[in-house]
Amino acid sequence: MDVLGILIPVSLGLGLMGLLAFWWTLRKGMYDDPEGDSRRILRDDYDDKPKS
Amino acid sequence: MTDTMHAPSVSACPACAAGGAAGDQAARAPQPDARLVLSVPGAHCAGCIAAIERGLEGTPGIHSARVNLTLKRVSVQAVAGIEARDVAARLDRLGYEAHELDAGTLNMTETDRQGRDLLMRLGVAGFAMMNIMLLSVAVWSGATDATRDLFHLISAMIAIPAVAFSGRPFFVSAARAIKAGRLNMDGPIALALVLTLALSLFEALQSGPHAYFEAVVMLTFFLLAGRYLDFRARAAARSAAQELAALEVPRAIRLVGGKEETVPVADLRVGDLVLVRPGGRVPVDGVVTAGRSETDRSLLTGETRPVVQAEGAEVNAGEVNLTGPLTVRVTAAGRDSSLHRMADLVAMAEAAKNRYTTLADKAARAYAPTIPLLSFGAFIVWMWISGGDLRLSVNIAVATLIITCPCALGLAVPAVVTAASGRLFRQGLLIKDGTALERLAEVDTVVFDKTGTLTMGTPEPDNLDDHPAAALSVALALAEASSHPLSQALTKVLRARGVEAAPVDDLREAPGYGVQGVWAGMPVKLGRAGWVGATHAATTGAYLSLGDETRSFTFTDALRPGAEAVVAALRAQGKTVWLLSGDVGPAVEAMARRLGIAHWQAGALPADKAAKIAALQAAGHRVLMVGDGLNDTVALAAADVSVSPATALDAARAASDIVLLGRDIAPVADAVAMSRVAVRRIRENFWQSGLYNLVFVPVALFGYATPLWAALIMSISSISVSLNALRLGKGAPHRTRA
Repeated sequence: MDVLGILIPVSLGLGLMGLLAFWWTLRKGMYDDPEGDSRRILRDDYDDKPKS
Repeated sequence: MTDTMHAPSVSACPACAAGGAAGDQAARAPQPDARLVLSVPGAHCAGCIAAIERGLEGTPGIHSARVNLTLKRVSVQAVAGIEARDVAARLDRLGYEAHELDAGTLNMTETDRQGRDLLMRLGVAGFAMMNIMLLSVAVWSGATDATRDLFHLISAMIAIPAVAFSGRPFFVSAARAIKAGRLNMDGPIALALVLTLALSLFEALQSGPHAYFEAVVMLTFFLLAGRYLDFRARAAARSAAQELAALEVPRAIRLVGGKEETVPVADLRVGDLVLVRPGGRVPVDGVVTAGRSETDRSLLTGETRPVVQAEGAEVNAGEVNLTGPLTVRVTAAGRDSSLHRMADLVAMAEAAKNRYTTLADKAARAYAPTIPLLSFGAFIVWMWISGGDLRLSVNIAVATLIITCPCALGLAVPAVVTAASGRLFRQGLLIKDGTALERLAEVDTVVFDKTGTLTMGTPEPDNLDDHPAAALSVALALAEASSHPLSQALTKVLRARGVEAAPVDDLREAPGYGVQGVWAGMPVKLGRAGWVGATHAATTGAYLSLGDETRSFTFTDALRPGAEAVVAALRAQGKTVWLLSGDVGPAVEAMARRLGIAHWQAGALPADKAAKIAALQAAGHRVLMVGDGLNDTVALAAADVSVSPATALDAARAASDIVLLGRDIAPVADAVAMSRVAVRRIRENFWQSGLYNLVFVPVALFGYATPLWAALIMSISSISVSLNALRLGKGAPHRTRA
C-alpha cells in the first residue's frame, strides 16, 4: 500500500493541473464564442501564416 | 475596392447626417479610437464571418472587426468619427442587417465578470468532485480502517475549501433571503451543504464508515451548472436587448438669439425654440413657428400617411420631420410631453400586471420547507426508535437531507430554457425575460399591430407599369432630389429597375409640397395632388405633372417577410388573431383580408389598444401582443407576453419580453409552438425529479441510504433531466432562415 503515498499526490497534482488549465482558458476568453471558433477553423485565410 | 464609408447613397440626406454627427461628436469628442458593437442577426456561417470581417477591414477608418457568432455580434475598432450607423450602412451593403448596440460596455464587462466567476466556481467544484470520487470509489469498493480514514480525510481537505468557494452563491442568496424573512430554494441547499460537510468531517475524524464528501461536492457542481445555464440565458438576452441603442436622439438643437446650440433634451424649457432638421425626430411637444414640412407620425399613431406641418401647427414628441427644417416653440418638455405621458401609461400597465408565478417558483414554494422538515422529522423519529442514539439519528437525517436536495430540480428549468432560447435565438428571437417562455405557452390570442410589424413600415410603389419610360425617368430625377419617404421609395425601386434619370434642370424642393424642375423646356413637378394639379386618389400616393399631363404613383406598405406565414401558422395552432391599428379603416381592412385575419380594429389610439387587450384578458384570454410603435407600448406592457421587432422604438422594445432580431416575422409562430414544448419538458422534468425522491426518500428514512446511493441518485436524476431538455430540438418545427 506504500504506492498510495505516491499515487495520491500524483492524482491530486494532475487534477490541479487540469484546474489551472481550465482557469487559463477561462481567462483567455476561449469560451466567449464557441460557435464562431468552431467555424473559423474552416477559413483558409491563415493557412500559410498565423494572423499577426 | 473604392467603396468608402460615405458613398453617395440616395438614402442618406446630407442634412441629417451632418446634424447627427454634430450631436454625437459633442457627446464623445475626446475618444481617439472608437470601439463599436453591432448586432448582426443574419450571421450564421463561416462564410458570414469571412465576408463581414473582410468587408469591414477593407473599409477606410476601420482597424479591425471581429465577429462573435455565438452572440451574433461584431465588434469594430475604428478611428474616432466613424459612427455605428456608418458601419451598419456598410454591413447593409454587404448584405447583413445590423443594429447598433450601445458601446457603453461597462454593463457588458460586468455580466462577463459574473459569468466567468460562476464558471470558475463550477470548474473548482468539478475538479473537487472528480478527485473525491476517485478516493470514494476506493472506499466503496472495500477500503477499510486506516486507508479509509486517510481517504476520508483527504476528501475533507479537498471538499471543505471547494464547497466554501463554489457554494458561495448559494450561501449568499440564502443569507439574503433569511434576512428578509423569506425561505427560498437556496436555504435548504445551504443547510444541506453545511450540515453534510460538518457531519462527514465528524465521521471522518471518528473513523466512521460513511462520509458524504463526494455527495456534497456533486450537489454543488450540479446546482452550479443549473445556475450557470440560467445566468447565461438571462445575461445574453438582457445585455443585447437593453443595449440596442435608442432610435431617439436625446439631444436637440436649441436656437438662442439665432445661434444653434446642441443641448440635452432634458434641458429644454417651455418657450425655447428648437430646430428640427429633415430626418430628425421632434424632441418635444410644440408649435411650429417657422418652416414648412411633413412629419411622419406612424410611430405615435400608426398612420402611414405623412402629415403636413406649417406655421402654427402642433407637433408631438416622437414624430419624424421629413422634408424641410422646422422651428418649433416648446409647449411641453420632459415630464409633461406626450412621450412621457405614454411612459406613465406604460408604468401603470406594468404595475397592474401582477407578478407571474413561474413553475420554478411554485416548485420551490412546495419544496423549500419540505426538505428541512422531512429531515428534522427523520431525526426525531430515529432518536425515539434508537432510544437516543444521536450519531445514528443525525446520520439518517443528513442522508435524507442530501438525497432530497433538489439537484435535478435546480436543472429542470434552466436546462430547458437554455435549450429553447438557444434554438429561438438561432431563428432570430431574443428572449429578454426568463419567464416569457412559460407565459408564451399559455397564449391563446395573438394581437398584431399593422404598421412596422406586419408591414415593413416603408411604402413601395405598386403601379409603375402604368407609366411610360419617359415619365419614370423624369420621376426618378425629381425623386432623387428629395428625402421624403415616398420619393426615396420611388428612387430605390426605379434604380433597381435600371431606369436612368432624365436631365431635369433647376431642381427645387418645396418643403411640404414636393419637388419641381424643368425637363425639355417643360415644367415638371412631383408631389402632393393639389400642388401638382392632379385629383387626389384614395390611397397613399405621389403625383407627377409633365406640363399639362398628370400621372399618379400609388404606394402600398410592403408586407414584412413571413407575415402571411405567421398568421397562417398561428391560426393552424388554434390561436385567435387580432389586428389592432391606428391607421385608417380601409388600409387596415385590406391588410386583414389579405392575411386572413377575422378580427380587426382601425383607428385605435394607444389607450384603445390597451383597453382592447384588457377586455380580451377579462374574457379569460391570454394575449400575445406583437407591436413596434410608441402607440403600441402601453399594449405591449399590458399584454401577458409581448414581442417587438428590433427596428421598433426603444420604449417598445423595453416594454416587450421578446425581441425579433431579423426582418422575418415568421419565427414568432415557431416561438409559440416551441414554448409549449418547452413547458411540457419542464413539467416532465419536475415529475421526473419528484419520482426519484418518491422512490429514494423512504430508503433514506429507513436508514438504508449510503453515500454511494446518494451519489448515484444525484447524477442519474441530473443527467436524465438534462437529456430530457435536449430532446426539445426534436419536437419543435425547424425553420432555416435565408
